[in-house]
Amino acid sequence: MPLQEFQVVGRHLPTESEPSPKIYRMRIFAPNEVVAKSRFWYFLRRLDKVKKASGEIIGVNVIHEKKPLKVKNFGIWIRYDSRSGTHNMYKEFRELTRADAVKSLYQDMAARHRARFRSIHILRVVEIEKGDDVRRPYIKQLLTPRLKFPLPHRVGKSRSTFVAHRPSTF
Amino acid sequence: MTDQPSNFKRFVEVGRVVLLTSGPQAGHIAVIAEIIDHNRCPIRSHRPSSTAPQPACPAQSFPYRHLTLTPFVLTKLPRAAGSGIIRKHLEKEGTIEKWNKSAWAQKREAVEKRRKLNDFERFCVVLAKKQRRDTVRKAVKKASA
Repeated sequence: MPLQEFQVVGRHLPTESEPSPKIYRMRIFAPNEVVAKSRFWYFLRRLDKVKKASGEIIGVNVIHEKKPLKVKNFGIWIRYDSRSGTHNMYKEFRELTRADAVKSLYQDMAARHRARFRSIHILRVVEIEKGDDVRRPYIKQLLTPRLKFPLPHRVGKSRSTFVAHRPSTF
Repeated sequence: MTDQPSNFKRFVEVGRVVLLTSGPQAGHIAVIAEIIDHNRCPIRSHRPSSTAPQPACPAQSFPYRHLTLTPFVLTKLPRAAGSGIIRKHLEKEGTIEKWNKSAWAQKREAVEKRRKLNDFERFCVVLAKKQRRDTVRKAVKKASA
């Protein structure tokens, strides 16, 4: 399911003692609005004494990627729960959109650390402007100028079990 | 990269012309505009005719598994070029015409045509083959006699 970036804006319900409470805005990555709102309350509860029953969501908007055709390097800071503790982490991804990068992040964390969506907090997603600021070698190698590589030994699907000629692998 | 000559001739690089082999744009030619990672690259394509408003395939990221590299490259293509610049380069080097004239493209066309033949056309093919067989055999007979 493709992730989308949502801007969720909400606040505590106005009371007599506080007629205009502080308004909070969050950028949430979620597959749909419903999950976005839910995550919004999850994070807001940890920051302020407010829950869904005592607050209101003022607005939910999808944030579209400004340049979805430009390849960007993203640095993502996360905090995640492992089986024995919670850790901070910084990962880099090379993608077209912020939502794609976060999707890759979730897949990567699931694969490498068995971390589920619920155990991961995304702290920051930043587009790395300059190639020099990239920290990870697996991304740096894709930034070398005039990069080119062959696709060696391509294995294609053969239509039948027996063929007259050996297949070509390039 | 190594300094010795590589055994590989076709590389994934900015400017490489590729053939899309699956998806809704299968069979179209496109140009690699940049490299995302070892699996994907964004591609741009040409306009099917000079007045068509849409390019043959929309600019998108494409996986290498569904591409075939062709021997054509657009040299001097800057990295992450936009569609307009790529189209200009394509026109300047005449890559689309070169592709259309290449044996590979013509074989693909012939195969496509063969698949689309209706019954009457298939009958005409049978007759044409018979005729060709006839003249060839006669010429061979004469040459060996």
